[in-house]
Amino acid sequence: MNRINKKLQEDKKLLSIYFTAGYPKLEDTVPVLEELVKSGVDMIEIGLPFSDPLADGPTIQESSTTALKNGMTTTKLFDQIKDIRKTVDIPLIVMGYFNPMLQYGVEKFCKACSEIGIDGLIMPDLPLAEYEEHYKATFEKYDLKMVFLITPQTSDKRIKQIDTASDGFIYMVSSASTTGKTSGFSNVQREYFERIDALNLKNPQIVGFGIKDEETFKAATKTAKGAIIGSAFIKMLTEKGIEGISSFIKSIRP
Amino acid sequence: MNYNVNEKGYYGDFGGAYIPEMLYPNVEELRQNYIKVMQEPDFQKEFKELLKEYVGRPTPLYYAKRFSEKYGTKVYLKREDLCHTGAHKVNNTIGQILMAKRLGKNRIIAETGAGQHGVATATVCALMGLECIVYMGAIDIKRQAPNVARMKMLGATVVSAESGSKTLKDATNEAIRDWINNPTDTHYIIGSVVGPHPYPDMVARFQSVISEEVKKQLLEKEGRENPDYVVACVGGGSNAAGIFYHYLDKPEVGIIAVEAAGKGIHSGESAATSALGKEGIIHGSKTLLMQTDDGQITEPYSISAGLDYPGVGPMHAHLFRSGRGEFISVTDADAMQAGLDLCKLEGIIPAIESSHALAIFEDRKFRKDDVVVVNLSGRGDKDLNTYIEYFKLA
Ligand SMILES: Cc1ncc(COP(=O)(O)O)c(C=O)c1O
Repeated sequence: MNRINKKLQEDKKLLSIYFTAGYPKLEDTVPVLEELVKSGVDMIEIGLPFSDPLADGPTIQESSTTALKNGMTTTKLFDQIKDIRKTVDIPLIVMGYFNPMLQYGVEKFCKACSEIGIDGLIMPDLPLAEYEEHYKATFEKYDLKMVFLITPQTSDKRIKQIDTASDGFIYMVSSASTTGKTSGFSNVQREYFERIDALNLKNPQIVGFGIKDEETFKAATKTAKGAIIGSAFIKMLTEKGIEGISSFIKSIRP
Repeated sequence: MNYNVNEKGYYGDFGGAYIPEMLYPNVEELRQNYIKVMQEPDFQKEFKELLKEYVGRPTPLYYAKRFSEKYGTKVYLKREDLCHTGAHKVNNTIGQILMAKRLGKNRIIAETGAGQHGVATATVCALMGLECIVYMGAIDIKRQAPNVARMKMLGATVVSAESGSKTLKDATNEAIRDWINNPTDTHYIIGSVVGPHPYPDMVARFQSVISEEVKKQLLEKEGRENPDYVVACVGGGSNAAGIFYHYLDKPEVGIIAVEAAGKGIHSGESAATSALGKEGIIHGSKTLLMQTDDGQITEPYSISAGLDYPGVGPMHAHLFRSGRGEFISVTDADAMQAGLDLCKLEGIIPAIESSHALAIFEDRKFRKDDVVVVNLSGRGDKDLNTYIEYFKLA
């Protein structure tokens, strides 16, 4: 069974962390990964940096720009993590934009992920229709779970389509925003979380965007299976470096 | 072969809507409604009236006698430079503001490079009394101060795009991010035939008034609707799409697209996308774009801010790949000289973008009785500083 599906069966709320590969330093990718695992996170999204990250706010944009300046590339990332399964056994997901994957070659990219032991992919700008028509067969051949996003504006009909097309979890974007908005959750979000919960989808949901501390993690996972922290983690990493990881994770889930 | 968009939003291999889910409801709403709205009689009536009374259409199709004599062929200029606000961009912003109103949107966002599209958007927002926010790269804000001032006079808020390379592509990213953060009340007026489907098709339809007029005007002047060639500069490709539109399926009409070679195609400072680009995704569209082997989008260069874009619209990528279009690139130096030549020969100061299209006649030879229509997409007032510095005129 794919590690993602297995992890989702565990009887607890999952904490997933997003970080940008090659940030703050080019060779920090593996040390960050290993420190996250040691700190007890349940799942990790490895961000492949892109020059034009449309769905991201300033924090992830800046970390991407720095990572690219440091020399991060698709080839470099695959090389850095080629032996990662010797030390890490939690689910690993590569998150990036579609153009770098397209240039690398979709099949070649999937094959490399599968050889490394990557479990899934999040490509925010590869939409459902294109995926199903052109790429699904390839992703499935390499047992890579494609994770789709939903937002408060996504219609129930489309959510059901996405649920049918998914096998793993649904990435539930907490509010209409790019990444890194930190205003906390209002009633609007709570109603949205409950509305989705009431749909009884076959895939569990993991909430992302705007999770930054224990309070927002708790609020998000009241109904959802887990939550993803990205910008808040990158901010911490910028300020405190790898040494700050374990106390950050403890502060989210004491 | 079909050169127009198909029902899935593609021109051949190019197009589509590669957008994050956050944009799906807005783009889908537009996709489902744009053709229906454009075909409504009251939309057509209002659109045509504004183009006539406010923009000043039809723009003349002017026979450039001395220019023609110099190059030994018959050259007509489609005078988009005489549109209100000084370029063809306003044809699209008029159309889109009417679309936005019918979709119930009251907040308008736009990106701009040189500032022409920003000015055209600010203008129609003033006309309709709608809030207007224009994203512009921090570097372009410095280079194009007069247009920044014009937008502010027209009541728009100009927001400096500080991310990435701080130019047009980043301004576009920021506008898209704004749309993600404002999903219900906002319409994004894209300035060219780029972006996710249905934008390239919608903008091309609004600009198609250019070739619709050329057909009628040429019939009067030459006794035929079809010229031998239509020529236009291509940044994203909207003025080109407009003058090509009604000739796409007329094989007897040659289509010539002119890109900015900057300091030379192989100089590392160029915006000649068809020569330097590879297939990829930019701003939600699969098209040709300039990028590294690793798929990172690279920064283009041209002396003309309006051509300084690392991609082309999917229609043009298809015209290039299919061989339907002839693509020529022109350096800064040749464009600047052609611009100055037009001033001296015809008493018309062209935008530097349009000067690129005028520059092809030095090397690309036409027959004596060929009828060549060049889209003079804009006037050169906005470029005075560049002309002054380049030719040391002051
Ligand atoms: C006068 C003029 N021509 C051409 C362009 C290029 O845009 P497009 O290729 O969409 O016509 C611009 C863009 O700012 C412009 O101002």
